[in-house]
Amino acid sequence: MFRRLFTVATLAVAAPAWADLPVAITYLRLEVDRPPVLSNLDPVPEDLGLAGAEIAVKDTQTTGSFLGHGYSLTVVSVPPEGDFPAAAREVLKTSRLILIDADPAAILSVADLPQAQDALLFNVSSGAESLRSADCRANLLHTIPEDAARTDALMQVLQRKQWQTTVLITGPKPADLAFAEALRRSATKFGITIAAEKEWTFDTDLRDSTMDEVPRFTQDFPDHDVILVADETDDFGRYVEHNSWLPRPVAGSDGMVPTAWSPVIESWGAVQLQNRFEAHAHRPMRGQDYAAWAAVRAIGEAVTRTNANDPATLRAFLLDPAFQMDGFKGRGLSFRAWNGQLRQPIAVVNARALVTLAPVEGFLHQRNEMDTLGLDAPESACTAFKDPA
Amino acid sequence: MIRALTLCLLAAPAMADEIWVTNEKDDTISVIDTETLEVIRTIPTGERPRGITFSHDFSRVYICASDSDTVQVMDPATGEVLHDLPSGEDPEQFVLHPDDRHLWIANEDDAVTTVVDVDTRKVVAQINVGIEPEGMGVSRDGSIVVTTSETTNMAHWIDTATHQIIANTLVDSRPRHAEFTDTELWVSSEVGGTVTVFDIATKAEKAKIRFEIPGVNKDLIQPVGFEFTPDHSTAFVALGPSNHVAVVNMQTYQVETYILVGRRVWHLAFNRDHSQLFTTNGVSGDVTVIDVASRTALKSIKVGRFPWGAAFRPTE
Repeated sequence: MFRRLFTVATLAVAAPAWADLPVAITYLRLEVDRPPVLSNLDPVPEDLGLAGAEIAVKDTQTTGSFLGHGYSLTVVSVPPEGDFPAAAREVLKTSRLILIDADPAAILSVADLPQAQDALLFNVSSGAESLRSADCRANLLHTIPEDAARTDALMQVLQRKQWQTTVLITGPKPADLAFAEALRRSATKFGITIAAEKEWTFDTDLRDSTMDEVPRFTQDFPDHDVILVADETDDFGRYVEHNSWLPRPVAGSDGMVPTAWSPVIESWGAVQLQNRFEAHAHRPMRGQDYAAWAAVRAIGEAVTRTNANDPATLRAFLLDPAFQMDGFKGRGLSFRAWNGQLRQPIAVVNARALVTLAPVEGFLHQRNEMDTLGLDAPESACTAFKDPA
Repeated sequence: MIRALTLCLLAAPAMADEIWVTNEKDDTISVIDTETLEVIRTIPTGERPRGITFSHDFSRVYICASDSDTVQVMDPATGEVLHDLPSGEDPEQFVLHPDDRHLWIANEDDAVTTVVDVDTRKVVAQINVGIEPEGMGVSRDGSIVVTTSETTNMAHWIDTATHQIIANTLVDSRPRHAEFTDTELWVSSEVGGTVTVFDIATKAEKAKIRFEIPGVNKDLIQPVGFEFTPDHSTAFVALGPSNHVAVVNMQTYQVETYILVGRRVWHLAFNRDHSQLFTTNGVSGDVTVIDVASRTALKSIKVGRFPWGAAFRPTE
């Protein structure tokens, strides 16, 4: 009965049988019913995120085979109506290192399990601010950037280019509203004006009528430099660019997009990672793949350097200020001591090229320039990472 | 008679030495005259040339054409590609063994080190190493080759007689380059921001060199290529996007000074008497000439797009 609630697959990674130190990692996913979108040009890959974890385990096992460390990756995928905490309890019997691919509420339902208190969990899917602030958990690290880090990166670029006046079109879905809120917050933070906002209310098939509808929809905006779009499910954003009343660039969920990873990143050895990923997954690597990749690489780096596999040792190593790992983005990655967020550059890209890797030159920070992106210590209400002493 | 002599002199001016620079994104080599400090020749190569080294008698130049998946063998006098060597996939860096016959090649996409006999043009051995092998160094007696792997973060010590790995030593994140002295192995770590010094006999870490440049963010200080003076008193370490070269005292392992060069400095090569040092600056697309005695930058020379490797060629 219980078995039918979720599927389990253990990946055959080349973990040597003689491994002195087994490292059992689980990818725990809550499947989602994705809403229909206007265009099917870019379907969401079935193995989004997971493929990143798989390639990272393969990479890490190469190191492990020189050291007697044996990595394994088990995938537990729970259908949308399944009992996610129950699946997590089952997983926790055999694995203490878990990547969670789910919505914020489901992530917290696992992090708050009594059995999970001494486990090490990685949020690889949710950019929700709350998880890095009031709803943070000591056993939960985040390798996917928070929405605020992405929108901060975008605003740094707009400010640097002196494109300071924007307008905002927001979709109706919760993810759109959350991203729009992150855009507003970042606009304030970096001195960008959002001169007007409109809600996307079309319920027609725009594919045949964008030339008529979108100009009218954008005609009454006050003058602006850039049109911001909050369309996180990739529904309508693609139809705004080149159809607006004024000839203006689009940014946000479409056009110029801030993201953790994109196939257009080439420098810093990224081509090697892109090649390995493409060979493995037969598709380009996306931000969520990168988040899962980074989580496994962080575990691998900690195991390699500490020669340990217990969550407490690994967590302490990852949160140590001296920790640094390579992420193919030109700067060493580390974890923020105040909320467990992976500190990382954000790629601002268009469909064909990298615009820049933020932090943008000139945005300074007393600790680390990457902390100009996302929730800085004073902005986060998280207390779970504070020393009890 | 006199006229003929003059013409001859014009055609072949006083034999100045050369620095050969591979331009990663132009598929060319820029040849710099060490006297005039100007580019005198531009030679087409295979795709994405990176590592470059000359045979001991300088009659051949070997070029890693990474995206052509080959090592090209070129006649440096004519610039003609004589033949390709079977290099394995995506060769990035290599080192020529002191026997002048075996090239040890890091295959970045394949996690192997390939050994090629340059005479028979055959692969002698392939050794499994970590992910993204890059840095290649050979001990002065030729008994050990080290491959560093960027993602595995290790120096793999390989016995050149048996082609077996005899030790794996962890280094800091993203190792890029390896060089031996008589008693030490130096390995640079790009993201870790350090150079690790190992004792060859014990293979144990002996020293760790860190860098700090006032006004430059720490995570932009990324050691990549480095070169030793012949007396092994001083090392010059290219520090990537910090746009500086560090001058390191090889006895105390202390940094003595930093020299500002072009943007994203990769690799370096000395001229004949080691009075000048040439650095490849990837982002600014130029080469900085450093006066070694005064430790100052003398000149920038525009080369092709994304200059990467550099090698010295005497012309007499």
